[in-house]
Amino acid sequence: MEEKNNGMDIVREIADKKYEYGFTTDVHTDIIEKGLNEDVVRLISEKKGEPDWLLEFRLKAFRYWQTLKGPTWGHLNMPPIDYQDISYYADPTAQKTSNSSKEIDPELMKTFDKLGIPLEERLALSGMAVDAVMDSVSVKTTFRERLKEKGIIFCSITEAVHEHPDLVRQYLGTVVPYRDNFFAALNSAVFSDGSFVYIPKGVRCPMELSTYFRINARGTGQFERTLIVADDDSYVSYLEGCTAPMRDENQLHAAIVEIVVLERAEVKYSTVQNWYPGDKDGKGGVLNLVTKRGHLRGRNSRLSWTQVETGSAITWKYPSCVLSGDGSQAEFYSVALTNNYQQADTGTKMIHLGKDTKSTIISKGISAGRSQNAYRGLVKVGKHADGARNYSSCDSLLLGSQCGAHTFPYMDVQNPTAVVEHEATTSKISEDQLFYCNQRGIPLEDAVGLIVNGYAKDVLNKLPMEFAVEAQKLLGVSLEGAVG
Amino acid sequence: MLEIRNLYASINGKEILKGINLTIHDGEVHALMGQNGAGKSTLSNIIVGHPAYEVTQGSITFNGKDLLSMSPEERAHEGIFLSFQQPVEIPGVSMNNFMRAALNAKRKAQGLEPIPATEFLKLMRERRKIVELDNKLANRSVNEGFSGGEKKRNEIFQMAMLEPTFAILDETDSGLDVDALRIVAEGFNKLRKPETSALVITHYQRLLDYLKPDIIHVLIGGQIVHTGGPEVATMIEESGFDQFIQEA
Amino acid sequence: MICEHSASVLNDIREQAFVDFQRLGFPTQKLERYKYTDVAKAFAPDYGLNLRHIDIPVDPYEVFRCDVPNLSTSLYFVVNDRFYDKALPHASLPEGVQVMSLAQAATENPHFIEKYYGRLARTSKDGLNALNTMFCQDGLFIHVPKGVVVDRPIQIINILRADVDLMVNRRVLIVVEEGAEVKVLFCDHALDDHQFLATQISEIYVGENAHLELYELEETHVKNHRFANTYVDQQRSSTATIDSITLHNGLTRNRTDVTLSGEYAETRMYGCVVADKQQHVDNNTLIDHRVPNCQSTELYKYVLDGEAVGAFAGRVLVREGAQKTISQETNANLCATDTARMYTQPMLEIYADDVKCSHGSTVGQLNEQALFYMRQRGIPESEARMLLKFAFVGEVLDSITLEPLRDRLHYLVEKRFRGELSKCEGCKLCK
Repeated sequence: MEEKNNGMDIVREIADKKYEYGFTTDVHTDIIEKGLNEDVVRLISEKKGEPDWLLEFRLKAFRYWQTLKGPTWGHLNMPPIDYQDISYYADPTAQKTSNSSKEIDPELMKTFDKLGIPLEERLALSGMAVDAVMDSVSVKTTFRERLKEKGIIFCSITEAVHEHPDLVRQYLGTVVPYRDNFFAALNSAVFSDGSFVYIPKGVRCPMELSTYFRINARGTGQFERTLIVADDDSYVSYLEGCTAPMRDENQLHAAIVEIVVLERAEVKYSTVQNWYPGDKDGKGGVLNLVTKRGHLRGRNSRLSWTQVETGSAITWKYPSCVLSGDGSQAEFYSVALTNNYQQADTGTKMIHLGKDTKSTIISKGISAGRSQNAYRGLVKVGKHADGARNYSSCDSLLLGSQCGAHTFPYMDVQNPTAVVEHEATTSKISEDQLFYCNQRGIPLEDAVGLIVNGYAKDVLNKLPMEFAVEAQKLLGVSLEGAVG
Repeated sequence: MLEIRNLYASINGKEILKGINLTIHDGEVHALMGQNGAGKSTLSNIIVGHPAYEVTQGSITFNGKDLLSMSPEERAHEGIFLSFQQPVEIPGVSMNNFMRAALNAKRKAQGLEPIPATEFLKLMRERRKIVELDNKLANRSVNEGFSGGEKKRNEIFQMAMLEPTFAILDETDSGLDVDALRIVAEGFNKLRKPETSALVITHYQRLLDYLKPDIIHVLIGGQIVHTGGPEVATMIEESGFDQFIQEA
Repeated sequence: MICEHSASVLNDIREQAFVDFQRLGFPTQKLERYKYTDVAKAFAPDYGLNLRHIDIPVDPYEVFRCDVPNLSTSLYFVVNDRFYDKALPHASLPEGVQVMSLAQAATENPHFIEKYYGRLARTSKDGLNALNTMFCQDGLFIHVPKGVVVDRPIQIINILRADVDLMVNRRVLIVVEEGAEVKVLFCDHALDDHQFLATQISEIYVGENAHLELYELEETHVKNHRFANTYVDQQRSSTATIDSITLHNGLTRNRTDVTLSGEYAETRMYGCVVADKQQHVDNNTLIDHRVPNCQSTELYKYVLDGEAVGAFAGRVLVREGAQKTISQETNANLCATDTARMYTQPMLEIYADDVKCSHGSTVGQLNEQALFYMRQRGIPESEARMLLKFAFVGEVLDSITLEPLRDRLHYLVEKRFRGELSKCEGCKLCK
C-alpha cells in the first residue's frame, strides 16, 4: 500500500509535466478562411497551381464526402467535429513581400532546430534525409541532390505533381481510393502537402528518408498526403515524426499514406507519433484520424509498418497491407500508449490475396490514467490465398484502475490451407517486478519506464536506431508516474 | 527384402541423395552411419514415403514390389516401420485408439477381421512390458507430454504391436541415457525374428554394441562411400568420418 | 388473438414488445452482434404460426427413442412451443422441484413468474427478443427451490412437428435458487421435412452458491432455422457450465449472454460445431464481469467442411471495479475446404487493471506431421484425418461432466465425421 501512495504522488507530479513540444512559432502564415465548400477546394488547388486532373480528383472526392456521415464504430468518444470551423490551408512560408525568392524564414529554421530536426544539411543527422512539413506546406527537403544521383525522387507531393506528374497520376488514389472512408474522402478533397518518394528499379535507398510534420497555426487542420512507390527490387526505409503546439481546442489531422510495393521490393515505414495529447484534464489535443495502407503488388515484396503512438487526444488509424503479390510478406509492429484522457483505437488490416503470403502482427497497448486503448485488427484470407499464414499477438498492459484496454481482432478465413493464429493477453504491471526494481534501488518511476520499455521491446527493436532512442525516451516521458 | 537402385532425391528442390545403392536381405541388420546432413534421415523418410521428399531418379523395391508407387499406409501394411527421430505429439488421440486404428487397418489390408477388444487390450498389456512402459500409457495422448526416453520407448512399443518385417531405427539412440538406451535396444532385440531385417541409423557405436549389425554403410554427401562389417563402427569411433572422404 | 390463448403475465409485456419490435425490426447485419447472420432473410419465407394453439397430434414417446444409453434422466418434451403434459415421466423429482408448462405456471403462480419473466431478455435492445416476447404463448419452466439438489439430469426434447412450414416462438425460464443444483439437457430435433423457424429465448437465474449445468444439443436438419438467445444471471459463488453442441442444422444463431452479478462466481462456456454442406452456425457470446473475483473460461471449436459458414464472436467485458477477474477465451477452427468460411472475433474489453485475461483464436488445418506419423503406422489417410478431427473437438466434449452423455456425444461426433448420420437407429426422427 505504501508504494501505491508514492505512486499517486508521482502521478500528480508528472501530470503537470509539460508537453515538451508545445510551443508555437510566430511566423507570418497565409491562412485561408475557415469553412469548406467547392470554392475552398478550388482555391487550394489554385494556390498550388495544380493541373486540371488533380482538381477533378479533389472535386469528385469532395462531392462524395458530402454524401457521407462520420464513422461511429470506433471504441472512441469523439467530440463532434465542425468541419466548417476549420481552415483547410495554412502556409507559413508565404512571405509578406510577395514573390521574393523562396528563402526559408529563420523562425521556421529555428522551430525545426528546436524540434531536433536540423534543416541544414551540414548539421543533419548523417544518413537521414528530411522533408519538413508545417501546416499545409513542405518547408524544405534535404539531401535531394544526393538522392537524385541514384534516381531517387524525394520531395513534397506538391512539387511532385509539377515535376513528375505522370508518376503521381499513375499511383495517387490507387491504394486508398477517395471512396475508401469518410476521412479518406475529406483528405482527397483538401490535401495540402506531404512527401512523395519514388525508388527506381534495383535501387537501395542509401539513407533513411524522413518526413517531419508539424501543426502550428491555430484553427487549422492538417491534411497531408504521402505517396511512396518502390519499384522492382528496390528498398527504402521511411520515417515519420509529428508534433503540435499546445492548444486548448482540438486540432484535426486527417492524413493518407499510400505505399506501392512492386516485385521483390521492400519498404519499411516507421512512425513516432507525438501530436499534442491534450492536457491532464483531456482538454485540447490533436484528433489523429489517418488512413495508411500499403499494396504489396509484386511477387515476394515486403512491407513493414512500425508505429509508436504516444500523442494525440484521439488516435484512429489502421496501417494496413493488401498482400496481392504471391509470396509477399507484411508486418505490423505497434506500441500505443495512452495516458490521462487519451483515446486510441488502432491496429491493422492484413488482406491476404496472393498465394504463400505471410503476415505478422505484434501489438503492445499500454493504458494509464483514464485513457482508453483499443486494438482493432482484421486478418482476411481470400479464396485464392493458398498457404497464407498470419500470426497476431496483442498484449495490453494496464497501469491504474480507471483506464481501459480492449482487443477486437476480426478474422475472416476463406481458404482451407491458411493458418491464422491470434493471441492476446491483458494484465497489469507486475508488483513483483516493481518491487524487485525498488529493492535494487531503482525509483518507482524509473522502474515503470524500465518495465514498459522491456514490454515494448519487440516493437522498439524494429525502429531505426535514431528513432528507437527517441521512442524509448518518449515512452518514459509519457508514462512517468502513471502507476498508482 | 529391400532393394534400392541408383536413388536420387531432393527436398524443396535441393538434391540430398545422389545415387544410393543398397540391398538388405531377409534377416539382416544393416547400420547407416554418417554426419549430420549426410542424408540419413532423407533416406529413411523416402523409404516410408514422406510427401515432402521427391525422388528424381532410381527405384526402391520391397519383396519385389515397387515401393515408390505406394502410399505411406500401404508401405506400413507391407511391413515397413519407422522409429522416428522426433516422434510427433498428437494431442487428444489416445494411444489406445491410435494403436487400435493402426492394427485394424493392417488386419483389414490382410483380409482379417478387426481384433476383438479383449484380445487387443491383452496385447497392449503384454507388449508395453517389453519396453517397461506403465499402464497409464493406454489413455495418454500419443507422445503428448512424454519425456524424450518415453517417446523412444513408445516407438519400440508400437513396433512390438505392429510386428513389422522391416524396421528403420532413425537415431533412436539420440537423447537417451544409458538405461533408456538399454531398454530400447533390448526391446528391439527381443522382437527380432530370423526373417526380419532392420536398418539402424546412428552417429555412434553405442547402440550398435547392442544391436550387432551385420553390415555397416557410411553415408557422406548423399552417397554410400564405404561398406563393411562391424569393424567399420570401431574405425569411425577411433578416427571419425574423414578417413572415408578420400574414398569418395 | 395471441392474448386470448395466453396467460396474463405473458401478455403484460407483450404490448411493449410489439412497440419495441416495430422500432427495431429484424436485426440487420449492420448491428455488430448480428454481423454474420442475415436474420431478415431467414424470416422472409411464409411461415405458419399456430397462434390458436391447436393440438398437433403427436406422441413423442412413440417417435422418440434416441435415449442416451446408461443415462437416466427425467425426460420431458416440448412440441413446437408447447410443453407436452400428456404422459409425464414417473421419475420422481425431489420435492418442490417443478418442471412444467410456462403458460401453466404463469396462470397458477403469476407473482413468481412476473419476478423473472422478461427481466433478463430485454425487448428494448434486441429485435429477436421483442419478436419472441410478442408471440410467446408457452414454453418450459423449471424451478429448483433453495438448497435442493437434483441428481438426475432433466432432459428436454424440443420437437418441431408440422404439416406446413412453421414458425415457433418458444420460451424457457429456469430458476435455480440459493444452494440448489441441477443439470439440464436440451435436445433439438425437427420431425418433418418442412421449413422450420424456431426462436427460443431462455432466461436462467442461478442463485447464490447454486450450480447449473446446461447442455444444448442441436440435431435438426438443413431446412431448420434456429435463433436462440440465452441469458444467464449468476449470483455470488455460483457456478454455471454451458455447453452448446451443433451437430446437424440448417441455419443456427446462438446468442449466449452471461452476467456475473455476484462475486466468486464462475462460468464455463463450451461449444462444439460440426458443419458441412451449406450449414451456417453463428455463436455470439458475452461474458459480463460486473463484480470482482469472478472467473470465466470459454472454449469453442469448429470443424467446417463443404460450403459451411461458421462464425464465432465472443466478447468478454470486465467492468470498472471488477478486479481480480480471471478470464480465458479460446476459439479454434478447422476449415477443410476452400468453400468453407470461418469468421472469428474474440473480444476483450477491460476497464479494470488487476485482471488476468487472455484470448486465443486460430484457424488452421490438421497437423501434417501427425497425419504422416499415423499413416506410417498404417492408418489410412481418411481414417487418420477423422481421428485428428475427433481429437480436435474432443477437448470440448471432454468438458462434459455427465459421463454417459459424454460417451454418447463421442459416438455421435465420430459417426458425424465418418459421414454417417449422427443419429441413432430405431427412431422415426432419423428417417
